[in-house]
Amino acid sequence: MQYQEAKHQVKQITRKRNDGLKSVFFLAPSWVLLLLFFITPMLLTIFFSFTNLSLTGSAASKLEFVGFQNFVNIFEDPQFRSSIYKTIIFLFFSAIIGQCFFGFFIAFLMKEKNKLFRQIIGLIIIAAWVTPEVVVSFCWVAFLGDNGTLNQLIELFHFKPIAWLFTFPMISVIIANIWRGTAFSMMVFQAALDDIPKEIEEAAIIDGASKWKVITKVTIPMVKGTIATNMMLVTLQTLGVFTLIYTMTGGGPGNATMTLPVLMYKQAFVSYQLGYGTAISLTLLLIGVVASLLYMKTLKMKV
Amino acid sequence: MAKRSHRFEIAIHYLILSILGILFLLPLLWMLFASVDPNAIQALKVPEKVTFQNFNSILTDPGLMRSFVIGFFISGGQALLVVFLCIIAAYPLSRYTLKYKKSFMMTILFLTSLPITAVMVPVYQLFLTLKLQDSLIATTLFLTASSLPYGIWMMKNFMDSVPIELEESAWVDGASTLRGIRSIVAPLMLPGIFTVGIFTFAGSWGNFFVPYILIQTPEKMPASVTIFQFFGNFGMVNYGRLAAFSVLYTIPVVVFYAFSQSYMSKGFSLGGATKG
Repeated sequence: MQYQEAKHQVKQITRKRNDGLKSVFFLAPSWVLLLLFFITPMLLTIFFSFTNLSLTGSAASKLEFVGFQNFVNIFEDPQFRSSIYKTIIFLFFSAIIGQCFFGFFIAFLMKEKNKLFRQIIGLIIIAAWVTPEVVVSFCWVAFLGDNGTLNQLIELFHFKPIAWLFTFPMISVIIANIWRGTAFSMMVFQAALDDIPKEIEEAAIIDGASKWKVITKVTIPMVKGTIATNMMLVTLQTLGVFTLIYTMTGGGPGNATMTLPVLMYKQAFVSYQLGYGTAISLTLLLIGVVASLLYMKTLKMKV
Repeated sequence: MAKRSHRFEIAIHYLILSILGILFLLPLLWMLFASVDPNAIQALKVPEKVTFQNFNSILTDPGLMRSFVIGFFISGGQALLVVFLCIIAAYPLSRYTLKYKKSFMMTILFLTSLPITAVMVPVYQLFLTLKLQDSLIATTLFLTASSLPYGIWMMKNFMDSVPIELEESAWVDGASTLRGIRSIVAPLMLPGIFTVGIFTFAGSWGNFFVPYILIQTPEKMPASVTIFQFFGNFGMVNYGRLAAFSVLYTIPVVVFYAFSQSYMSKGFSLGGATKG
């Protein structure tokens, strides 16, 4: 018996010694991939954005440092400035007002409803979220088309059909993105609202608090952390939205929906100005970094 | 009196939710109806007769079918790699006391939230320099790397919930660490493994931007890109076929999600998934 125990202890000690080596061995493959395909490109973004990197023309043969020239160029470029503005509009209305608010709203209304009803509504909303981005784009292009469902609907009420994607391009892509993304926030908030003990809200009602007071003074403060985290996550997801906008409007008509990712694509892969494109990448990354740091801070606040 | 107003309020809730439900359903319903309608139009309409003609014409197109196979190769390969790499990477992070664990996890969390879109221009340049452009394997590896931060983060949290005592008894019986992982830890965290795998697959199956940039040969394009090209070529002419293609392309992710549904709620309580 004692012998067994001693053997066990020896084993545990050798195990400890091997732990460091094993961790290196276990973590190495992930690190190699992350370094090569994730961290290197990020460092390259910083590096390339100070060069005249391009795919064609005289600059293609010879890589030169141009200092802050790309940044001077992008900030002098009215297209870039308007793109920043459009990105902010898209982020604000589609992520913060749209997905977060609607997600919370739906999750809140679904509380304590008929189970089957909850499942059906939940299923429809999640179906929109599961659908691949390109397909979402088709569904909305058809829905908003000249002879599409929406125009047929408004004709029932004797309104004239509208070329939605040309007349209201930004609103169209914002609505399509809300449609696609709301399920995520809804599920996050459903999980958070389910965690609130029922007694707390009931106690507030017994104490004579109005329904509105209960929501603003009890429910929302209790899921404050989740709201902050969800807002950051959704903002970061929305910041990178390229496919939906590119396949719905291509950034147009004109530059009406040219958010930063679409502008970056156009500059780098259509005009072959990679240096200029990476300068936009760096701007996107920096916005992402700031949002990430804020996100991590809200998490720490909670943990 | 109070009771009646309460009932009225509940009715309003049901009404709002039903309207929202219908608004969410309409665009999707068009796709479903048009896919079985030989005379599909841009607007939503109930098909006069239901046929599988549209599906047939997609399923018998060898080019489109190849793009489905390529899509499965990329997304399936990526999901398997991510699951494997994340399990072995999560193990030391969950089990050992490592000096740099905290900073490593913070780095991982930080990488999780950066938009992939932003690094695509330098990734393209990197692929050009390393002569990797147009390679399906390199594209799969890049996608794998991009899902690792999220995967490792999730996997570590799932692994933390498997008690170490179960493994210890296996060690006493002479099992190696890898064996312990394979026969004790992995089976107990199967829901977590499925969650990570399915999320990875679905994200990659729908990813249009990455293959659109990194692959050039039309014959090597996965379904996410060919469906967009199909839309450009026939989309505005033949709604029925576009809808059928869309349905076929959406089915794999729907099936996987339906399969994972029982595990999904776990991933969504942010509180549980964020303990560092």
